Amino acid sequence: MLASYGLIGLFFIVAILFSLVMVIIPIVLRYLKIVPHNPNAIKESIFECGVETIGKTWVQFNFRYYFYALVFLALDVLVVFLYPWAVQLRQLGAFSLYVVLILVFIVLVGYVYAWKKKVLEWK
Amino acid sequence: MAIFDSALIQPLAMQVTPPDWPGGYWWHWLFFTVAIIAFVLIMVMGAIYLERRGMGRMQSRLGPNRTGPFGLLQPVADAVKVLLKENIVPTTADKIVHWLAPVVAFAPVLVIFAVVPFQNGAMLADLNIGILYVVAVSSIATVGVFMAGWGSGNKYSLLGAMRNVAAVVSYEIPMVLAIVGVVIVSGSLSMNQIVTGQDIPYILVQPLGFLIFFIAACAEINRSPFDLMEADSELTAGFHTEYSGMKFAMFYLVEYAEAIAMSAIIATLFLSGWRGPWLPPWLWFIIKTFVVFFVMVWTRTTLPRVRIDQLMGLAWKFLFPLALINLFVTAIQVVVWPDISQWIFVIVNIAIAAVLILLWSKFFKLGQGRVEV
Repeated sequence: MLASYGLIGLFFIVAILFSLVMVIIPIVLRYLKIVPHNPNAIKESIFECGVETIGKTWVQFNFRYYFYALVFLALDVLVVFLYPWAVQLRQLGAFSLYVVLILVFIVLVGYVYAWKKKVLEWK
Repeated sequence: MAIFDSALIQPLAMQVTPPDWPGGYWWHWLFFTVAIIAFVLIMVMGAIYLERRGMGRMQSRLGPNRTGPFGLLQPVADAVKVLLKENIVPTTADKIVHWLAPVVAFAPVLVIFAVVPFQNGAMLADLNIGILYVVAVSSIATVGVFMAGWGSGNKYSLLGAMRNVAAVVSYEIPMVLAIVGVVIVSGSLSMNQIVTGQDIPYILVQPLGFLIFFIAACAEINRSPFDLMEADSELTAGFHTEYSGMKFAMFYLVEYAEAIAMSAIIATLFLSGWRGPWLPPWLWFIIKTFVVFFVMVWTRTTLPRVRIDQLMGLAWKFLFPLALINLFVTAIQVVVWPDISQWIFVIVNIAIAAVLILLWSKFFKLGQGRVEV
């Protein structure tokens, strides 16, 4: 089994090298004078529909993204617990189903609370 | 495609030699590394051609038909053109992040294909946690997209990237829950065993799971009804506004490689992968992948783009409860009637799916009236 992960690790290195090469090729071609390179101030400015950019780009962003991330975290942890149970369900039988139902119920209380508090609305 | 000949001779049910036999390890690795990269690039070209021609026909126009016979060489011409374009980086951009983003986005998409079975046992690594691996790796590309939005130094780009992260985070949950339904029925996480266990395609056994997975997959890879991060009318071009030349082409490649990856996973999980009569298994796999991709193109041309509040509402209030119900209906069926024929579940589950979808569409309305934004 460990050998399989070795294969994937090696393949991942090749994938990274492959994508790096694809980014580097135009740089090499630029030094060979095949790809043009004539920068100027207008060309290198930010594209905001012709209007000059006001202020910095990296400003504080809206808080609602944070709520979604929190709800996601709770539910995703729940889902990770469901996977091993799902594989072995036929052997574990009905008792495991009750246990998982209780677990899901506890998380669902939080989900319904979030819904009632209008965390899931985008506004 | 003579490369699969040696494996082709073997009968379907027979197990192909595992990759860790001595001496063959490196050979196996080299063969599948080259095969997967070639497969992805060729499939992406095919997908771009199919999408542009298919969309053209659906929108009462011709699509590209000048380069080569039937416009078949259009993707090649585009690739050459884009390679020779000037690379423009804005002065206010975060140069390193801007430069690294395409790499971070593309490498994980390529790595997804390591566990996709092209035919029985013909895959880079037959992990026993295959589908969990796919779930884990497929979300990493989002980091690349966010790096692109952040590094560009453009407010539209940043907004588009944030919307993308919010959408991926939201649709991850229904998608993963839909997969759990398949795992319960098949009793395995290995992609190859899911296929060998599929005597009836799981699209019939898990119709609701298939619909949820398809919608969530479309949203995760930002296919059109959900392509809010590059909604042209709101955000110019979203996260890749400031990209040009080869780096833009990389993001284009990522988009289609993700679509192909998701089509391949849907074909494996729900359409019984490489299994099928008469034709060789790898050809069945490619045909099914393209059929799923064609349905994605079809939905793209049919449905208008949703608003951001509709996108989030659909994930959290519509798909998530449905996915949970689907999961427990499946679990109860497996626990209470473990030995019954699956054909009975096919009828029961299609009926349950129809009733649930009708009920939910009564409760849950997005189209009518003005929703508070």
